[in-house]
Amino acid sequence: MIPTLFGITLISFFIIHLAPGKPTDILADFNPKITPEARERLEKMYNLDKPIIVQYVLWLKKIVKFDFGESFSSDRRPVMQKIWDKNQPLLDRRLFITFMLNFISMMIILIIAIPIGVTSATHQNSLYDKISTTTVFIGFAIPSFWLALLLMMLFSIHLGWFPISGLKSMNYDSLSLLGKILDRISHLILPVFIMSFTGLAGDSRYMRSSMLEVIRQDYVTVARAKGLSEKIVIYKHALRNALLPIITLLGLSIPGLIGGSVILETIFGIPGMGQLLFMSVMTRDYPMVMGILTISAILTLMGNLLADIGYMVADPRIRAK
Amino acid sequence: MVIVLFCCKSKTPETVQSDSKNESFEPAYGDTLIEGTIGEPSILIPMLAGDSASHSVAGLIFNGLVKYDTDLSVIGDLAESWDISPDGLVITFHLRKGVKWTDGVEFTADDVMFGYQTIINEKTPTAYQEDYRQVKKAEVLDKYTFRAAYEKPFAPALTSWGNLVIIPKHLLEGKDITKTNFGRNPVGLGPYGLTKWTSGQELLLESNKDYFEGRPYIDRYVYRIIPDPATMFLELQAGGIDMMALTPIQYTKQTENIYFRNNFQKFRYPTFAYTHMAFNLKHPFFKDKRVRQAIAYAIDKSEIVDVVLFGLGSPATGPYVPNTWPYNPNVKKYEYNPEKAKQLLKEAGWEDTDGDGILDKNGMPFKFTIRTNMGNNLRKNTATIIQWKLGKIGIKVEIEALEWSTFVNEFIDKRRFEAVILGWSIGLDPDQYDIWHSSKTREKEFNFVSYNNPEVDELLEKGRRTFKIEERKKAYFRIQEILADELPYIFLYVPDATPIVHARFKGIKPSPIGISYNLYKWYVPKKIQKHRMEQ
Repeated sequence: MIPTLFGITLISFFIIHLAPGKPTDILADFNPKITPEARERLEKMYNLDKPIIVQYVLWLKKIVKFDFGESFSSDRRPVMQKIWDKNQPLLDRRLFITFMLNFISMMIILIIAIPIGVTSATHQNSLYDKISTTTVFIGFAIPSFWLALLLMMLFSIHLGWFPISGLKSMNYDSLSLLGKILDRISHLILPVFIMSFTGLAGDSRYMRSSMLEVIRQDYVTVARAKGLSEKIVIYKHALRNALLPIITLLGLSIPGLIGGSVILETIFGIPGMGQLLFMSVMTRDYPMVMGILTISAILTLMGNLLADIGYMVADPRIRAK
Repeated sequence: MVIVLFCCKSKTPETVQSDSKNESFEPAYGDTLIEGTIGEPSILIPMLAGDSASHSVAGLIFNGLVKYDTDLSVIGDLAESWDISPDGLVITFHLRKGVKWTDGVEFTADDVMFGYQTIINEKTPTAYQEDYRQVKKAEVLDKYTFRAAYEKPFAPALTSWGNLVIIPKHLLEGKDITKTNFGRNPVGLGPYGLTKWTSGQELLLESNKDYFEGRPYIDRYVYRIIPDPATMFLELQAGGIDMMALTPIQYTKQTENIYFRNNFQKFRYPTFAYTHMAFNLKHPFFKDKRVRQAIAYAIDKSEIVDVVLFGLGSPATGPYVPNTWPYNPNVKKYEYNPEKAKQLLKEAGWEDTDGDGILDKNGMPFKFTIRTNMGNNLRKNTATIIQWKLGKIGIKVEIEALEWSTFVNEFIDKRRFEAVILGWSIGLDPDQYDIWHSSKTREKEFNFVSYNNPEVDELLEKGRRTFKIEERKKAYFRIQEILADELPYIFLYVPDATPIVHARFKGIKPSPIGISYNLYKWYVPKKIQKHRMEQ
């Protein structure tokens, strides 16, 4: 795992530096008051005058001590503080917000996708199968930013049910505990819905095909021959085996979810890590971008590890080896 | 420390309006103004900030020694008055007495001196050092008198003493300005002070009750961060924000309905910026003045304003904004005249000899690329119209939109372009030495078109070396005449700023410098206040 992480950081570091432009551009480009000398001085302050490999080694030296360095944006706060600000309550820390958003969406996806997959497998080629397939593919194909704006117009402007953007209302601090919880939930409904709806296709299709494969197996036929009810055959014997590939898929879907939350957090003005990544890439804030990418990489690797462990828990055959 | 509990009652926008129709307005304290912004400020110390979001919030927290009045003349802010020595070399500021930082300590000349020393310090990562490097000697004469002496008279010097150098010495002395948390928790002396900053969401500012120009009427100002422009417009509609900058299509179409007319007030005034098409004057096509003039004749500027900006702008004739003192209205203008364009091109040797519809000269067809930055649709649409118009007189144009950094680093800096569409934001001072002077053509400098005219060089020098407005005016008027004749750029248009503010806010007085300059005098009549504060 460590060599993989190392590889990820190396590639990310070089790719982000390959993009033209420098963090100092925002201060210096087309600002007639800055002289070339002043520009060089600024670049020196950020070590940008050194060869890229030296910059990478400097960055790596700090990383092994879990020091992500300081942001290049003019506030120059430590990267770690911007992602996980200890002065803020847990609920308002960027990493937590993104994690929560993705976790809730993932749970909803699972809760909906698995039954859809199973039932469309058992009712293969039925009208239900066709409708559910079409629906999940619409979700898959629809651009999330477009859907977001449509839903905002419907639910927030015309119906006035949910707030449009942000994570909490202006008067949040004056609300009671219950009010605070409801306020947060009402802000999360639209983004979570979009994330779940657009993410249904992968899991439900996987579930469907893996289920189709399993119900053709001999042991399913045996189970049926034993006279077990169809319910027990499908949900006890077949489902457990069909679920195995989904566990792997879960581990792999983490980067996709983080990528998706970059877009949604930006549209909904949710102050999570994805929004921060978007802004940092735009200003070429290298330490910030690297910090977020490294953390995402760690999360992904941990997801894979958890998937492996989950696999072992779910499947005694693997454990035995 | 007094702890205040807020309770906000929200009224629906509809009732606000019906109330206001039969009220006579009286200024009242209270309410909250929520402004929507795409970018989040990064730091609230003006000298360290590079982005406009930071400057616009910091501008409410810090004042300068001097500021621009609505007619663009310079008036005192923290300085009550100032004297300029007859030779123009020494400026002496007399500060207001009794102005206090919000922590109660008095503002004095030592603070100005400290700010000056900080900004010229090599270790300060600031982009605004240049003007202060011209200072030969700065000194504090007494508690309320500050003096700066210059090597040569330098006209932009006076207005450089704005809020960039005003920081509290008693809080920052001996500290590394980049390492303190002052930038996220500033103590200022302006109309508002920061109370809370929630990253990625909003900045909450509260009025400074002891502000030296009087307590601001609006109690709270919220700077709300909404990174997506479409979302922001929906928030405006839903009442989540009170003020934002509209795009031309939002101004002319989307807000033209009863709901917006009843609940909002729109403003429109020219920005201090212009969009232009710049030629690479080293390129063989554009060395000849007649070719540049021909292109100017072939482009219909008012058509561009109508189509691209939905009419929200004015054709530009030079690098200054109409109706400001440096602007010269009597320069050569190029009315749309394709026949004249063709004739000029013919004189310059461009003719369609092979009958393919494209002009040529010595076997070379007149084809070139207009480059601009990606993501700016106004510029891209402008380029498209120019492409079409030039196509009509036999010039083939390609358009290429590039990501900003690539565009600047690979094309502008390396001079690998034929023509570009770009814009300049211009300062309120007319000095444009860095853009037109022939010494400013190195890489990363701003005379990227390689313009070289000894008379303009001399006039630029003259304009920045005198404080007499009449003499400066003469120099800048002449520069505009020369630029209009030689056309290193085709000056296309000056776009209008189009902010929208909720109708309950009164006391807004639009002026050439915008609407926000007197924010501390805006108010909401008591009866129609939306966010009530109860203690």
